[in-house]
Amino acid sequence: MKKYECNVCGYIYDPEQGDPDNGVEPGTAFEDLPDDWVCPECFVGKDEFTPVEE
Amino acid sequence: MTRSLFPNIDWVGYVDWTVRDFHGYQTRRGSSYNSYLIRDTKNALVDTVKAPYACHLLKSVTELLPLAKLDYLVVNHAEPDHGGSVGAVVKACPQVTVVTNKKCQAILSGYHDTSNWNWQLVGTGDTLELGNRTLTFLETPMVHWPDSMMTYVSQDGLLFSMDGFGQHYASCHRFDDEEPIETVLAEAKTYYANIIMWAGKPIQRALEAASKLDIKMIAPSHGTIWRSHMDRILAAYQDWVVCKPSPKVLVVYDTMWESTAMMARAILEGASQPGITAKLLYIRAGDYTELATETLDAATIAVGSPTLNGGMMPVIGGGLTYLKGLRPICKAGFSFGSYGWSKGGAAAVQRELEETKFEILRDPLECQYRPTPEVLQECREAGKMLADKALALTCAVESKS
Ligand SMILES: Cc1cc2nc3c(=O)[nH]c(=O)nc-3n(C[C@H](O)[C@H](O)[C@H](O)COP(=O)(O)O)c2cc1C
Ligand SMILES: [Fe+2]
Ligand SMILES: [Fe+2]
Repeated sequence: MKKYECNVCGYIYDPEQGDPDNGVEPGTAFEDLPDDWVCPECFVGKDEFTPVEE
Repeated sequence: MTRSLFPNIDWVGYVDWTVRDFHGYQTRRGSSYNSYLIRDTKNALVDTVKAPYACHLLKSVTELLPLAKLDYLVVNHAEPDHGGSVGAVVKACPQVTVVTNKKCQAILSGYHDTSNWNWQLVGTGDTLELGNRTLTFLETPMVHWPDSMMTYVSQDGLLFSMDGFGQHYASCHRFDDEEPIETVLAEAKTYYANIIMWAGKPIQRALEAASKLDIKMIAPSHGTIWRSHMDRILAAYQDWVVCKPSPKVLVVYDTMWESTAMMARAILEGASQPGITAKLLYIRAGDYTELATETLDAATIAVGSPTLNGGMMPVIGGGLTYLKGLRPICKAGFSFGSYGWSKGGAAAVQRELEETKFEILRDPLECQYRPTPEVLQECREAGKMLADKALALTCAVESKS
């Protein structure tokens, strides 16, 4: 599963870790995050994220 | 007014003794907008001041350097308290090159007409040679906005830390050892709690990156410059980034006819145990600044509101909204309040506490009209529970570290 980086603040969404603070289980792919999920660090929406090139 | 930090590095900012309201933050001791001038083979100004004070900045710069000789304007953050005079500086110094990161350029362009500006875009690790001195840039997003950046002068071990380590504190002196240090640290804590508490993780990353530098002086963009007590502010930040709980219980309330106030005082009484600092905060004056500051290092918090038209008091609602945005972590607590005929205040408070991700220690503690002796006894017991939980949370943190 791909990691995604927030264009605004640089936060990296790592699907292996999820975002448990906001109810997202580890193992959740970025694509499967709810539409209203926002960056836990700067609050922008999913459309502000780009896949991290490995 | 100017003040030297190192030979040919001078403070040229503006001390704002009068500001008392910074977008809601009650700045009881005023503030300062710090701007710094570095004179070398090439001359650079690091950050500006709030727009109304641009003339003071330009006057201070001209005391040291003809404006036509300013080569670079480094912008670490576009927010108008620091970037507000960039337009005025560029207008007075059309030859100047604005040195900043890509995000800051975009935000500056949202606030100013930047069509004629000369730019040099930089990112983490990039350097700017001035002659004898070298500036190194470090992007520190979200300390305070996405564009935030710090600038390091390696020859002097000087870090321009922007909003990081800042304090809203007006003073006739510029350095931490020229002011009562406990007051400066208290203002730094208030600043952290009200401005950047929510950004604990990005700040931890910034601290980590900065720890690789050899730092001898930290010059923030508000308040005094750290040169003698750097160890204290750095240690404090290590605690604040994790909202480290201290054995402290906070009881916050609003009241109409004193019943919720009676409950609050009984909770406080129960919480006032050995080893515990218990504080009562009556929120009526809308002192959200103090609410955030006291929350930062409290372990447990009780929030009370009587029922008003089926919900909570708007002053409490405002305080909880403010707190939710600041995202304090690792706190526990509960809600309480007196109602008349239909309830709703304490439950509304609890929903906010849940959304703020507080651990809820018990159901809302409610009473109808005046609290009976039994209710007040229940309040004292609930207060004792807050104290016990505060000690447990504090010990848990101590044993981890
Ligand atoms: C303390 C503070 C926090 C902010 N938080 C956010 C935020 O979370 N998201 C956002 O898009 N803008 C945020 N902003 C930026 C403001 O919304 C932005 O500067 C806006 O243009 C201000 O409008 P005004 O000129 O009417 O005050 C914040 C600004 C400040 C001062
Ligand atoms: Fe800022
Ligand atoms: Fe600022």
